[in-house]
Amino acid sequence: MSSGATADATTLANPRELPLELPASYLADGRTLLSWLATTDHKRIAILYAVVITFFFFVGGIAATLVRLELFTPQADLVGSDTYNKLFSLHGIVMVWFFLIPSIPTTMGNFLLPLMIGARDLAFPKLNLVSWYLNLGGGLLTLAAVLAGGIDTGWTFYVPYSTTFSNSFVTLAVLGVLVSGFSTIATGVNFIATVHYLRAPGMTWFRLPLFVWAMYTTSLIFVLATPVLAVTLTLVVAERSFGLPIFDPARGGDPILFQHLFWFYSHPAVYIMVLPAMGVISEVITCYARRRIFGYSFMVYALVAIAMIGFFTWGHHMFTSGMSPYAALVFSFLSFIVAVPSAIKVFNWTATLYRGQIGFESPMLYALGFLGLFTVGGLTGLFLASVPIDVHVQDTYFVVAHFHYIMVGASVSAYFAGLHFWWPKITGRMYPEAWARFAAILMFFGFNLTFFPQFIAGYLGMPRRYHVYPPEFQVWNVLSSAGAAVLAAAYLMPLGYLTWSVFFGSRAPNDPWNASGLEWRTTSPPPRQNFFGNPEVLAQPYNYHPESTPPIKDQPRVPSQGSLT
Amino acid sequence: MGNLIPAFLKPESASVQAAKVDMIFTGLTLISAGIVALVIGLVVTFAIRFRRGSRANRGELPSLVSSEFEIGWTAATLFVFLFIFWWATSIEIGAYSAPKDAMEVHVVAKQWMWKTQSASGAREINELHVPVGAPVRLILTSQDVIHSFYIPAFRLKRDALPYQQTETWFQATKTGSFHLLCTEFCGTDHSRMLGRVIVMEPQDYARWLSAQPERDGLAELGERLFTARGCSGCHDAGSKVHAPSLAGIWGQAVPLEGNRTATVDEAYLRDSILQPKRDVVVGYEPIMPSYEGLLTDGEIQSLVAYIRLGTDKLDLIQSLSLEPSQNICAPGQSSASPRSPAMVPGAPAQTPRP
Repeated sequence: MSSGATADATTLANPRELPLELPASYLADGRTLLSWLATTDHKRIAILYAVVITFFFFVGGIAATLVRLELFTPQADLVGSDTYNKLFSLHGIVMVWFFLIPSIPTTMGNFLLPLMIGARDLAFPKLNLVSWYLNLGGGLLTLAAVLAGGIDTGWTFYVPYSTTFSNSFVTLAVLGVLVSGFSTIATGVNFIATVHYLRAPGMTWFRLPLFVWAMYTTSLIFVLATPVLAVTLTLVVAERSFGLPIFDPARGGDPILFQHLFWFYSHPAVYIMVLPAMGVISEVITCYARRRIFGYSFMVYALVAIAMIGFFTWGHHMFTSGMSPYAALVFSFLSFIVAVPSAIKVFNWTATLYRGQIGFESPMLYALGFLGLFTVGGLTGLFLASVPIDVHVQDTYFVVAHFHYIMVGASVSAYFAGLHFWWPKITGRMYPEAWARFAAILMFFGFNLTFFPQFIAGYLGMPRRYHVYPPEFQVWNVLSSAGAAVLAAAYLMPLGYLTWSVFFGSRAPNDPWNASGLEWRTTSPPPRQNFFGNPEVLAQPYNYHPESTPPIKDQPRVPSQGSLT
Repeated sequence: MGNLIPAFLKPESASVQAAKVDMIFTGLTLISAGIVALVIGLVVTFAIRFRRGSRANRGELPSLVSSEFEIGWTAATLFVFLFIFWWATSIEIGAYSAPKDAMEVHVVAKQWMWKTQSASGAREINELHVPVGAPVRLILTSQDVIHSFYIPAFRLKRDALPYQQTETWFQATKTGSFHLLCTEFCGTDHSRMLGRVIVMEPQDYARWLSAQPERDGLAELGERLFTARGCSGCHDAGSKVHAPSLAGIWGQAVPLEGNRTATVDEAYLRDSILQPKRDVVVGYEPIMPSYEGLLTDGEIQSLVAYIRLGTDKLDLIQSLSLEPSQNICAPGQSSASPRSPAMVPGAPAQTPRP
């Protein structure tokens, strides 16, 4: 801890608490397979999660690639109808439940939450390991369904198709999702307890980094919404496997009830995917703009508001299902209201750039890309919140484009932003910056080429989940498939150069970005106990330069000292 | 305002509602483009002006830029969003209920076809003829899973739910043929569940209507024979005997024993009635007795006409003639619609179409 810049930033932690003798990093703390599979270290569990979700990301990605290849022409040329239906179902189920929902919370959340609040681990380390096994078990059950022959219901499992009509392996896949749901609930409980009880001295609620607030609000949704999913899926299994009449209209049930229950979970699930992304972006933008976040308290209230109002907007998925027109108007109104705090966050990130010292390292490129894509995704959400427009574009590619802008454009961009930002801290190695920038830019253009044409195809009336389609939509599908090829290349690149960096990358300094968070006040990678001594927090987060002082000292960024490992 | 979008980016607009939806869509696109331009413009401007090492002034922030500023843009955003909500809602509320004199059309969806019947009695499969300019009220239901009735040119979509009825309406403004698509995933051939809506001048429509077959035609006779001669005992969808359902089978290719296929046409049906053991559909036992000498040629013709029309199409009339407000899933009512043939346990797998 020698350079001037670091000393400036260490007002967060107490520098007197850092002793000189250094224990081994968490990576060096045991090298056997058992030391990984039986670990209770939140950092190692984060790595375990990262391995699993990376695997599922590429499983879902392969399915998406095949779907896009098939849609290159209007006819069926690559796969048959049933195979196509199984491919898009596989893509949806895997990407939603085994990549997007666990992505940021279980990897970066697990790794960073204790570090950011100055704790030695999560509140319940063993429960954390159990969560990982549940997640893995759920994933394997779903994979088993795929290997046994697949599932063709789409990720929404709409009844009565899923309970009575589908001839595929619905029960197995649903059980997989059900099991992984318990993993999510356990993670939520763990994070909430950790934030409540394990904050370091001086880390008050309004000194929490926004990433921690994002994890906290996400955990609230985990705990409140996921049980509804568990109940719903249990009912589906009960009806399909044991013949209990629940949703079957032939026996007095109501298929619309399933949709209400399903979306009561699955709409908040969208916020499970996007709130953590918002947390990551707040950390990255402040660091590379060298600014305090603009309107910290508004950012916190916006996160809480999104998490709360997000529970009351589920009906906008069902405008065409024949619900009461008055109910539709209420859900439409609430959907417009929930967009307000998201807009506030976009304005605040933009204002954070004002008078900054903006650098364009790869995490910042991803973050700036996030700003643009999230804005487009959010605004097209207003189209879908308007009942007459939704009636036209519901279940068309317009909806597909909209939620990919949010879930892939925003959430996956943020995932990569965070992955690059904290990569030196997690692995202790630097990645090749030029490659990373190239991948970030390629991903942005590949993404827009893939998904923007889908807005047009959808408005022109192309329904989603179509294996063959009327030929007038072909031009938009060709553009989209071409973009998907670019996007696939861009997603493979980080897999290559990040893996390379683990073995051949240069040693990372403790604080390569000159960042302000508590997680940078320890070695890269951190020791098993996270910190040397007891951290103490003395100031607000994002202490880059206070709004009242000109950032003179901050201008030339002094390279930090070498790694302490 | 609808003219601001270039034609190739706009689906054909052929109903009263379509024009209104296009107007609000264009308005929202303009507002959104403005907001995107603002955000991206500011990000790019700041990124260039305040790039690391630039000479831009980085003094203290003006005191204005504080929570007052924040409250200001929160209020502005809220106002814009509420304005859009009010605008969209006012259009939607105006289009809720169909005019009283609207023509009534019943739509029954099943895997994977649309069956329509207008109040005048014309029955169609995967087609719907309507006169231009007349309001048309649709009453939808489904025989199996959830489907969704979508006509892009009318900006119209409504789910068809099993055992329940949903309603919507439209008023076409242009003659021509328009796509009818299913937009709720309904299984294997979801993307082939297509149809056409044909909008005609009123006099053409009247002519078309008068050319439609009367109910008491050949097929009607065939339906009676189908029951009287015992065909329905095995071939009805609800039957316990392992025999192929004949619903919607006309014109389809069916797989036969020995890796052959046959197209269901008049000759094939006739052969199957008279020499049932010759061309047996894969997956079925040759248990049907021959009707050689038991049916006259005229009777066979009637049966073929009935099967050609779709055996379950006539049955449907009963469920369709319910009052629209009446819920067909009301307890005690036994108009339980048969499951799609492919989904009856033990039925042969659906023939993949080329």
